[in-house]
Amino acid sequence: MALLPPGLSRRLREAPAPRPSPLPAPPPPPPPPPPPFTFVPRRHRLGRGHALLEDGDVHRHLYLQGVLSGLAEAGERPRVSEFSCHISGCCQIFDTLEGYEHHYNSLHRNVCSFCKRSFPSGHLLDIHILEWHDSLFQIMAEKQNMYKCLVEGCAEKFKSSEDRKDHLVTAHFYPADFRFDRPKKVKSGPKHTSSPAQQGASVPMDVSMETLEQCQVDPMETGPGENMEIPQPAASPNPSVPEKRLYKSRIPSTICFGQGATRGFKGPRKKV
Amino acid sequence: MPGGTGNFSMLKGSLVGWRSLLSSLTVSYSIPALRKARRQEQLVSKRLLREESTAAEGGQDGAEIVPDPLSEDEVLELLKGVQRGSDDRKRSLSQLRLALQNQETQQKFVRLDGSIPTLIGLFTSRLADVQMEAARCLHELSHSSDPMVAEACLPVTSYLLTYLSGHSVEFTELCLYTLGNLVVESEAVRKRLLPQGIIPVLASCIQSPHDAVLEGLGYVLSQLLQAKEAPAEIIPLVLGSALPQHMLRLVCSGLKSGTGAAVEFAWSLHYMVCSHTADAALLSLGAVPALTSLLLDLAAEIQDAPEGLELIVCPVLRCLGNLLAGETGCEAQIQDERLLIALFLIMEHFLQEHPFIVQEGLWLLNNLTDEPFFCSALLSLDLLPALLQLLRCSQMATVLAAADFVGQGGCWALERHRSSPALQERAQALLDMVGQPAGASAFAPSHTTLPAFS
Repeated sequence: MALLPPGLSRRLREAPAPRPSPLPAPPPPPPPPPPPFTFVPRRHRLGRGHALLEDGDVHRHLYLQGVLSGLAEAGERPRVSEFSCHISGCCQIFDTLEGYEHHYNSLHRNVCSFCKRSFPSGHLLDIHILEWHDSLFQIMAEKQNMYKCLVEGCAEKFKSSEDRKDHLVTAHFYPADFRFDRPKKVKSGPKHTSSPAQQGASVPMDVSMETLEQCQVDPMETGPGENMEIPQPAASPNPSVPEKRLYKSRIPSTICFGQGATRGFKGPRKKV
Repeated sequence: MPGGTGNFSMLKGSLVGWRSLLSSLTVSYSIPALRKARRQEQLVSKRLLREESTAAEGGQDGAEIVPDPLSEDEVLELLKGVQRGSDDRKRSLSQLRLALQNQETQQKFVRLDGSIPTLIGLFTSRLADVQMEAARCLHELSHSSDPMVAEACLPVTSYLLTYLSGHSVEFTELCLYTLGNLVVESEAVRKRLLPQGIIPVLASCIQSPHDAVLEGLGYVLSQLLQAKEAPAEIIPLVLGSALPQHMLRLVCSGLKSGTGAAVEFAWSLHYMVCSHTADAALLSLGAVPALTSLLLDLAAEIQDAPEGLELIVCPVLRCLGNLLAGETGCEAQIQDERLLIALFLIMEHFLQEHPFIVQEGLWLLNNLTDEPFFCSALLSLDLLPALLQLLRCSQMATVLAAADFVGQGGCWALERHRSSPALQERAQALLDMVGQPAGASAFAPSHTTLPAFS
């Protein structure tokens, strides 16, 4: 038994019915009889927790928890034979496209054209270029606050990167050892201003790529020197002690651990 | 090869992200228990992304096997394994990720000295595969239902936000779902994320062209906007950003592409509308005509639609229902009888499988028929018989309408006019419905706790 009268779907696709144009005012009608009901229609607002919304909320929950449409359909990732990153100087090898994509997007995007360092975002790259490679910046920084807060949406500027770090910690609750706000190291020579009490000219913040040049060395060598920036288990309370960077022996490992596992992709929404 | 991520999308086809659906063999849930949790405001939903297990890891029939908990010593061994800079580290990291599927192991891990800083170090590694695996470990932790575990992840938040502006789609997606899970679990995490600038970051991120990223983003927003402090602390920030207009755009384009994202943003909008503080802003963005147009499109597609359309229909109905019930007058007017047609087509379609859609649709209908325009349309389109039939199927909506009606002396009026032949049939039908709920006299229409119906 059909619930609805026929032809409704067709009406849906048509333009809305034109409203009748206003006619000249008719003569006033005789007063209507009093209506049988004193019922007054009323709109209802339903709050978040309203009982009427309960079943819909449970359905939404089941969807998020992935329970709704049964088991996942496992999708095969295309199998590829090993290939290497084509960026000159980078010798990583991959056997999955996804592994390569993440590598490329993390390390070869947002690369500073001056010093080849790469950054997690364009935002941090821009700040780096300004503070490291813009000579005008240094001059202006002597007279006005030039060090921008790293947080997007915060317009504060500071006269030194140390002040900026303090701001990041106190106003934005950043960790004091935030990895993308590291002191600038001078490569050659002894540690020049590295007494723990003094930060010196500390500048952000890079996902360092200096070792690219060193890939002429045997690419199969994976050393203990991979600098993973892993802090000592007892996290140092003194953030201004710069961590030693083992630049020289840092050869990136060349085999990427793609396990080639089949992956499931389909959630209920994929079918929509 | 890469001139940009466009090439990767082409290579991967539609294979973005990876999910595991928990089979009903290993996860038991009962609808009454979920309803009860929802009534007590304890329904916490989380998303879990997990690589499909290989034959070695998984069980029969795709059932998820949760690993047994490890001992403290075993967890410590794994931690040491990932701290060593060697090839073994990657294997230890994978083992750790698997072990962290167990909640007890999660709890032991976060209690170990230096465990989270170690994980952060790996999470910020230059080695992309190590970074991804560490991200998966964090994701497992985010899924814990122990708030202590979520709070142990507090130091990670600034990094999660930093990486949202990156380019790696799969990694960003993982970070988003991890964030969303942490957000719903812990107020401390939310209190940390707001000053860390999560809203501006999300506002930049919403310009991403990647459906997977947008869906994850929508998920984070939907979790943020549900927080109890959202009306006071979160929604004003969202309204001050470009997010609402993008959310609306992405909901309304959801039928063509990015339906998963559209679902998330639709629910996010619903939570915003519920807060009562966003009406003016949303109305000025044209939310009502936009959502109406979407409902028309949904109704037009409904016959051929694959499964799952109710996931977006539901929040759209709710947004329209509440926006139309608001105080602001003329911007909320819609005078298009196709909306009525769409609503009935949708209710008819979902009547068997998802009756909650009928329930909520009837509520929207109630709010529409405040207007004489829609009342006349209802009659002229000959939808009244269908309406009566639908009302019979939906106890809750009936209670709502009847409560109102009864509360205003309608019952008495009906009795009086039952003898009038023109009104007889209709009056009798209405009386039958009014007769159903017990204790019908004392309801307030917008009372949030109606008597429970099993």
